[in-house]
Amino acid sequence: MPRIYLDHNATTPLVSPALDRFCSVARDVWGNASSVHHFGQQAKAVLDGARASVAALLGAEPSEIVFTGGGTEADNAAVRGAMEALEPAGRRHLIISSIEHEAVLQTAKALARRGIRVTHLPVGERGVVEPDALAAALTDDTALVSVMHANNEIGTLQPIAALAALAKSRGALFHADAVQTAGKLPVDVAALGVDLLSISAHKFGGAKGAGALWIRRGVRLVPFMTGGRQERTRRAGTENVPALAAMGAAADHARQTMAETAPRVSALRDRLEQGILARVPHTAVNGSGPRVPNTTNISVDRVESESLLIALDLEGIAVSSGSACSSGTLEPSHVLKAMGFPHARTLNSLRFSLGASNTEAEIDHVVSVMPALVTKLRGLASRA
Amino acid sequence: MRIVVAMSGGVDSSVAAGLLAEAGHEVVGVSMQLYDNSSGFGTCCTIDDLHDARRVAAHLGFPHYIVNFESHFHRHVQQNFVAEYARGRTPIPCAHCNSEVKFSELLTRAGGYGASHLATGHYARITDDGDGRLHLRRGRDRAKDQSYFLFSLTQAQLAQALFPVGDLAKDDVRLAAARMGLDVAGKPDSQEICFVPDGDYAAFLERDTPALATTGAIVNQQGDTVGAHGGVHRFTIGQRKGLGLSAGVPLYVVNIDAGRQRVTVGPREALERTTFAVSRVNWIAGQAPSATVDADVQIRHRHQAAPARVRALDLGRAEVEFTTPQSAVTPGQAAVFYDGDEVLGGGWID
Repeated sequence: MPRIYLDHNATTPLVSPALDRFCSVARDVWGNASSVHHFGQQAKAVLDGARASVAALLGAEPSEIVFTGGGTEADNAAVRGAMEALEPAGRRHLIISSIEHEAVLQTAKALARRGIRVTHLPVGERGVVEPDALAAALTDDTALVSVMHANNEIGTLQPIAALAALAKSRGALFHADAVQTAGKLPVDVAALGVDLLSISAHKFGGAKGAGALWIRRGVRLVPFMTGGRQERTRRAGTENVPALAAMGAAADHARQTMAETAPRVSALRDRLEQGILARVPHTAVNGSGPRVPNTTNISVDRVESESLLIALDLEGIAVSSGSACSSGTLEPSHVLKAMGFPHARTLNSLRFSLGASNTEAEIDHVVSVMPALVTKLRGLASRA
Repeated sequence: MRIVVAMSGGVDSSVAAGLLAEAGHEVVGVSMQLYDNSSGFGTCCTIDDLHDARRVAAHLGFPHYIVNFESHFHRHVQQNFVAEYARGRTPIPCAHCNSEVKFSELLTRAGGYGASHLATGHYARITDDGDGRLHLRRGRDRAKDQSYFLFSLTQAQLAQALFPVGDLAKDDVRLAAARMGLDVAGKPDSQEICFVPDGDYAAFLERDTPALATTGAIVNQQGDTVGAHGGVHRFTIGQRKGLGLSAGVPLYVVNIDAGRQRVTVGPREALERTTFAVSRVNWIAGQAPSATVDADVQIRHRHQAAPARVRALDLGRAEVEFTTPQSAVTPGQAAVFYDGDEVLGGGWID
């Protein structure tokens, strides 16, 4: 069965330069980048190259890039590191949006258990944080504001520059989880005006187990992992050299192809969205305003997304639904809940996230398959 | 054809899936998450079991999905379980799970996945004898037979049900699992009720509904108070242990009156009954017989079915009259009517 992959916000296949780089480095450059000798120097040079590539993707300086084991680790390093660094200054307040990824949500929850005051910014039905809400939430003891650049479930872009300016005016640091934008859209740390920014390699054609935290020069964090002095003592542990090298290659590839890819993927996304809205009655798009080019989140009335996701997979079409719990089953989407939708709608939404390799023929096939599947599931639901 | 197999992660449903796959069917494995595993309870449907099912599916090469049935299971099985105990009855959650979860909601979902049938690992058989209706029969392995828990299936449900291990002995199921290279071949059989893995029903019930722990009197058959108890949910008909009584003769619970929080005890002979009523009767044939039928009636899972006459009444009720008195006819349990190995029907003991 030909398979159609529309779950690129979960992960992407390696782009070919990244795959080549991964293989050649894994084979040829197996030294420990901290070693003094030739083998170590070789590995260190590979990391330096990757660091320059990642910095270029973000408009940053290479020295500001700290490699991590992925997006979740970068988020943890930023949020835990900033809160701990600012606690001695009496800043014990953390502000996050209510639609953050679990990496930030659960980290905030863990900090709250240790006495940190946490404020969750609301989002309206559009799925966007309003700067006014942040202005009202900021206090003199706010240490950090963490708002994602684009939401992973609905794709809405958040007004990071405006939010970051507000945080700065009150002396708070600002972290943006850019896991869903890096490599898809231009991400310029200077234009955004943030202090910390997380990215993950496998969301833009790199390998899993590699990510980065950009830390504005001069911002001091307390590392949450202790150990060796890698990454200028900002991240302990031997670097995953092949995966980080692949991230560099993926970053270069994204930077070079983005101008062509983004509008093409965006057009495919619109074709899919309009096709489904036109062909499947009682469907609606969740989230509005500017979005990442590859994502649409669609509610299908009276169909549990869990069933539709499985039915689509059995047709060879891979999509996703709300948050998954530990066993992989469906839970109501906290994002759609935060947008104020009724319970049923938090359980009947599908996320389609496209990638550079998707074709018009694939999209048209999905649009042609959806109506019959939905009709069947609705028929069964009404009989039950 | 495409067949959904309900996979618990145990050896029976794993082999059921494997046999169907070997027969060339397009198998889709589905495991139901029935209750919240993170709270620390559970051995039957814990994450480990769900992952056992996933590994079996991966090994045999068919897709596998874990679906969230928590709210459905809570509504149709666990709430009923608590309510029955609160009424002084002794429920059978597995039977409710079969009729109201597996062969209703999961069967509906299977249809949504484009499957024509739902298979399970039950030891029971369905036969088409050419008389225009399906027959439900005991599993070939009488020691493992689970037809008792399936008496409430309708003809429509039976038409979509498959029990691939129903013709096999348990030992052969384990051999088949080993032949297929499944890690679960030696996995112990599940015991007890899946959501009360430690078997401590009283503690589970009190966690759910603290008000159940209401003290009351233990009385003898003359109505004299002979002791006290911590809640009627702690008792079942025929129970001897845990009464805290010292008497010359062994005493058993012979009646539970939830309304008055009263537990009556008596000698073993007092447990014997010849006639009792059942309600919400399901006749596998689809309609009640017009005349009284002779049947072997089984009144709990581990009861040797005993000869009886069964008379269908109106409103889905029936009256059972044993040829010889039987011990501990327990409200909330099922009485299932057999003709040899065939299930004629059954109902819930009043």
